[in-house]
Amino acid sequence: METYTFLREFADSWMLLVLFLFFVGVFLWVIRPGSNKTHADTADIPFRYEDKPAPANKEART
Amino acid sequence: MNYIKLIVLGLITLLAMIAANYARDVAYMVHALIIMVVSGGLFLWVLRNTDEPVPAASLQSTYNDGVIRYGVIATAFWGVVGFLAGTFIAFQLAFPGLNFEWAQGYANFGRLRPLHTSAVIFAFGGNALLATSFYIVQRTSAARLWGGNLAWFVFWGYQLFIVLAATGYLLGGTQSKEYAEPEWYIDLWLTIVWVAYLAVFLGTIIKRKEPHIYVANWFFLAFIVTVAMLHVVNNLTIPVSIFGSKSVIVWAGVQDAMTQWWYGHNAVGFFLTAGFLGMMYYFIPKQAERPVFSYKLSIIHFWALIFLYIWAGPHHLHYTALPDWASTLGMVFSVILWMPSWGGMINGLMTLSGAWDKLRTDPVIRMMVISLGFYGMSTFEGPMMSIRAVNSLSHYTDWTIGHVHSGALGWNGMITFGALYFLVPKLWNKERLYSLSLVSWHFWLATIGIVLYAASMWVTGIMEGLMWREVDANGFLVWSFADTVSAKFPMYVVRGLGGIMFLLGAIIMCYNLWMTATRGPVKETEATAAAVAAE
Repeated sequence: METYTFLREFADSWMLLVLFLFFVGVFLWVIRPGSNKTHADTADIPFRYEDKPAPANKEART
Repeated sequence: MNYIKLIVLGLITLLAMIAANYARDVAYMVHALIIMVVSGGLFLWVLRNTDEPVPAASLQSTYNDGVIRYGVIATAFWGVVGFLAGTFIAFQLAFPGLNFEWAQGYANFGRLRPLHTSAVIFAFGGNALLATSFYIVQRTSAARLWGGNLAWFVFWGYQLFIVLAATGYLLGGTQSKEYAEPEWYIDLWLTIVWVAYLAVFLGTIIKRKEPHIYVANWFFLAFIVTVAMLHVVNNLTIPVSIFGSKSVIVWAGVQDAMTQWWYGHNAVGFFLTAGFLGMMYYFIPKQAERPVFSYKLSIIHFWALIFLYIWAGPHHLHYTALPDWASTLGMVFSVILWMPSWGGMINGLMTLSGAWDKLRTDPVIRMMVISLGFYGMSTFEGPMMSIRAVNSLSHYTDWTIGHVHSGALGWNGMITFGALYFLVPKLWNKERLYSLSLVSWHFWLATIGIVLYAASMWVTGIMEGLMWREVDANGFLVWSFADTVSAKFPMYVVRGLGGIMFLLGAIIMCYNLWMTATRGPVKETEATAAAVAAE
């Protein structure tokens, strides 16, 4: 098959489906149960290390 | 390490000399000379510092703010340069006599216009993005910038790119692609700088101490990665000669046009929108002193924006050789794009819920809020103009220019000013800004300037669109092109006045920031407080 025709058919079918499912998946992932706590914690990041980095000996918060 | 640097810099200087000697055109020769002087100067500088003892202080316990201070200064400087160029060419359109005879071929409208667009987008906006992204990624990763002095290379390399691009335009070195005018060797240099930028940014994110990547960093990362991709693809050119600035793109006709506007529109979408949304998601919560309204909405905003924006480019090519399906696709995605844009705007505005009183007392947050207002307005206007029927009226008229400026001056300009007012006291360790009333002056001058600009461009744009299409009973066009030009004169003067007000506001800002950095009251830190107590 010609490259253009193949790519065009692929883009119109499987790739479209993959991108659409990923897009819908993002919405579902965001509203998953139990995400509220994580999001509240993440939204708070700008208020934590304003003046200097986290100390070197400290492990990453989990 | 220094010996390798010396060899490389020496070779570049030598090659630049050879290139200047064999140069086929003026722009190329001047650029070769600039590169020669820069690399020669760096050679001497490295040479003088070779074998000097290196201070072995561990810097990991502090943020790398030096490069951000330089970025803030560069942002303010290039901003004034770009606004000045824009105001001047606005008056060149109103009064053609300003295309001086003695400067013909160097300072006429055609040469200065790309200088203005690149100065405001890439020099002002680009430096603002560099400075704020370096500031934000350190604070939200709780880690110092990765790569040591690589951030300095990114900063100075980017300034070299700006100087090469600007001088090139004046001397006629341009590949005539909107927002991508620099010629092949400047494109190659920018690619190197950009990869280094990506490395610094990504390296800092990788060594972060926070478990999650804050949403602002997602936007910045999308901006850096997408701009790299757009830049490389849109500049796939083959130089005619290694000693000349001219190059030829590898595709032609409608493919070239589509690639150009895929680039052009995503330069708006990822440079001027995604990157600046990164600023918005950090500075508005910080200035309002409360977390973003909905973190869930910010994630959806991010993914929806980058999924939709990338398809919107074809709306620049309605009624051209581009196939109908492609321009319809661009139009549909542009209209859908309205949703995430307004989602993001609402998210930013609602961050102030419960703190609306700050609007009265804090002119900096007022600036950030009005930038969101302009963001909302231009992201409504844009989808509307992308609809084919509207576009048939608006395209090629001044309406488009008005739309671009309400977005660029209103959204990008205002959020950057807000960020600068936030950053300068922090970076120079001051208690507060020098003068809040000067911020208010800046705010009102800039806002009224934008309103004058946008309103006059609506009037003149719709007027000339209607004049161009008006036919008499026999089907003949009623107006010649020159009729529309003379009818636009008053609006052009109003537009120029708007530009003067905006420029004046920016100069007031520079004065205010300068006084903050030099005369502002020093912030009382733990160290100074201890010193006072010890006395």
